[in-house]
Amino acid sequence: MSAPRTLYDKIWDDHVVHTSEDGTCILYIDRHLVHEVTSPQAFEGLRMTGRKVRAPEKTIAVPDHNVPTTLDRANAATMTEDSRIQVEALDKNAKDFGINYYPVSDVRQGIVHIVGPEQGWTLPGMTVVCGDSHTATHGAFGSLAHGIGTSEVEHVLATQTLIQKKSKNMKVEITGSLRPGVTAKDITLSVIGETGTAGGTGYVIEYCGQAIRELSMEGRMTVCNMAIEGGARAGLIAPDEKTFAYVMGRPHAPKGAKWEAALAYWKTLYTDEGAHFDKVVTIRGEDIAPVVTWGTSPEDVLPITGTVPSPSDFSGGKVEAVQRSLDYMGLTAGQKLTDIKIDTVFIGSCTNGRIEDLRAAAAILKGKKIAVKRAMVVPGSGLVRAQAEEEGLAQIFIDAGFEWRLAGCSMCLAMNPDQLAPGERCAATSNRNFEGRQGRGGRTHLLSPAMAAAAAITGHLTDVRELMGENA
Amino acid sequence: MEKFTTLTGIAAPMPLVNIDTDMIIPKQFLKTIKRSGLGVNLFDEMRYTQDGKEIPDFVLNKPQYRKSQIIVAGDNFGCGSSREHAPWALLDFGIRCVISTSFADIFYNNCFKNGILPVVLPPAAVETLMKDAEKGENARITVDLEAQTVTSSDGQSFAFEVDAFKKHCLLNGLDDIGLTMEKAAAIDTFEARAATARPWI
Repeated sequence: MSAPRTLYDKIWDDHVVHTSEDGTCILYIDRHLVHEVTSPQAFEGLRMTGRKVRAPEKTIAVPDHNVPTTLDRANAATMTEDSRIQVEALDKNAKDFGINYYPVSDVRQGIVHIVGPEQGWTLPGMTVVCGDSHTATHGAFGSLAHGIGTSEVEHVLATQTLIQKKSKNMKVEITGSLRPGVTAKDITLSVIGETGTAGGTGYVIEYCGQAIRELSMEGRMTVCNMAIEGGARAGLIAPDEKTFAYVMGRPHAPKGAKWEAALAYWKTLYTDEGAHFDKVVTIRGEDIAPVVTWGTSPEDVLPITGTVPSPSDFSGGKVEAVQRSLDYMGLTAGQKLTDIKIDTVFIGSCTNGRIEDLRAAAAILKGKKIAVKRAMVVPGSGLVRAQAEEEGLAQIFIDAGFEWRLAGCSMCLAMNPDQLAPGERCAATSNRNFEGRQGRGGRTHLLSPAMAAAAAITGHLTDVRELMGENA
Repeated sequence: MEKFTTLTGIAAPMPLVNIDTDMIIPKQFLKTIKRSGLGVNLFDEMRYTQDGKEIPDFVLNKPQYRKSQIIVAGDNFGCGSSREHAPWALLDFGIRCVISTSFADIFYNNCFKNGILPVVLPPAAVETLMKDAEKGENARITVDLEAQTVTSSDGQSFAFEVDAFKKHCLLNGLDDIGLTMEKAAAIDTFEARAATARPWI
């Protein structure tokens, strides 16, 4: 009998095209997602060398990073000249090379990592890459998914493969159940708080345990999305009945006999009993609280009941980094996190721009008004937006005082006009709190959609459980 | 891609940990459709004030470091996004080598595609080289990829590990797409086999 294998081992083995003597592999790529910011130079490279896209039918493009999310975006004047050129380049490259494309005008347009699963392009057991670090999102389906640079985008376009060395296996187990008010975002931030932003470097993480199994597909995508923030190449969750139910009937999901064959294969995608993990982290689900970040690294995580730490609580190079963070963030050691006043609330991104995220925020906001200067909801795709309107969520946001936007990456990385001003403090459901990430001098606190909604109502970072009444 | 064999140059010390790709090249400079011209915006928000004036305290603005070819950096350099604009900006400025205790995975791979050598060394070695770099332009560090060594200005030598295939490509300035295309027959065979085994893909 063959040795027990992890889920990662199985997917890897099924995609190796060639192995060199030194262990370097050529790995086949089943799905290549493309957006406007990291692809123009790759297409240009193809043109210069006279190469074609090897598998245009496995290549899917959508503009998301640059596009305005205001309702008047059909007017090209809402975009800066350089953004417009990038989006037009993608329009042209998609057409010239014959790849699947969702232009800005298409209701299915949205953030590439939300569109892929929504349209059934992402399936269990696949290899999925994109010139974007948050490609890890697709690991929620039990697919091996990771970000690549533009040279690698060109490599995949030309050869439908990547040159890779295998990573090590890491297991992150979340045991038991989450307490009320605690979400997938709190899991993924808490894991990074525990392991650090380099804790996963060199590994592919498999998330498992009861609390992970109890998450919806949306929640699992949130968890895997931030695997990269922990330094891992990819995050994975073994597919189960929830996964199959989510995939079934999607436009590009298999149908009929192919569905049955796919399902039989997908059911083999789990880590065998006794398979070896090089590193194991276990966290009790009951111990996870609603968390926020206080600094400028995603590892700067604390439960909302905590206080801002002091540089002297740390050692090594982190001492200087924490001092720099506190100066940048305008915070003082010892300050209660719940005393931090918020100017702006941003709900959206590939981390938390799905329907379940909007439902969670709307549940807190219903019948309330915002107490911050501005608040916006940017749905992850045109279809998420449509569904939220149908469910009456959009009206809850609008009544509360939120701007109800069109789909895109928006203020997660602020490449479009949605940016923070210097010193502006934002509670954001996105994934990075780096200096300048949401706009030069902007201050970002990462948290869950429910926590973001709570901060919007009170005007300061708030323990969402206090707004949940008897259920908390 | 330009070959990397040996390099002797000025090293800029950047001891801060977790220097992320947003610091290396902020997002407003990602709106280009070219690979060149990003050097002037390398570390833009650390290097210039809001109105575009140089911040004199920033290491690459100091006279002795303006021609740096090497950066000695704190842990986990290049974390964050997959933007290859980060190595493009470093290269365009003139940086051919970054030395740290650890690098983020995607950034590390991106460097090799652009003729930049990222060198991983143990903390004590990085600390020694950091002190050496802090001496300024008279301190020249030598990086020898063939021999896999970094040598400080006072002759202390540190051996580093590098993947054999990546080393081969960098030493010879090879385009790895061309190398993979030589294996087209193996890709054809794989696709035919996969079409039978997993026809839904």
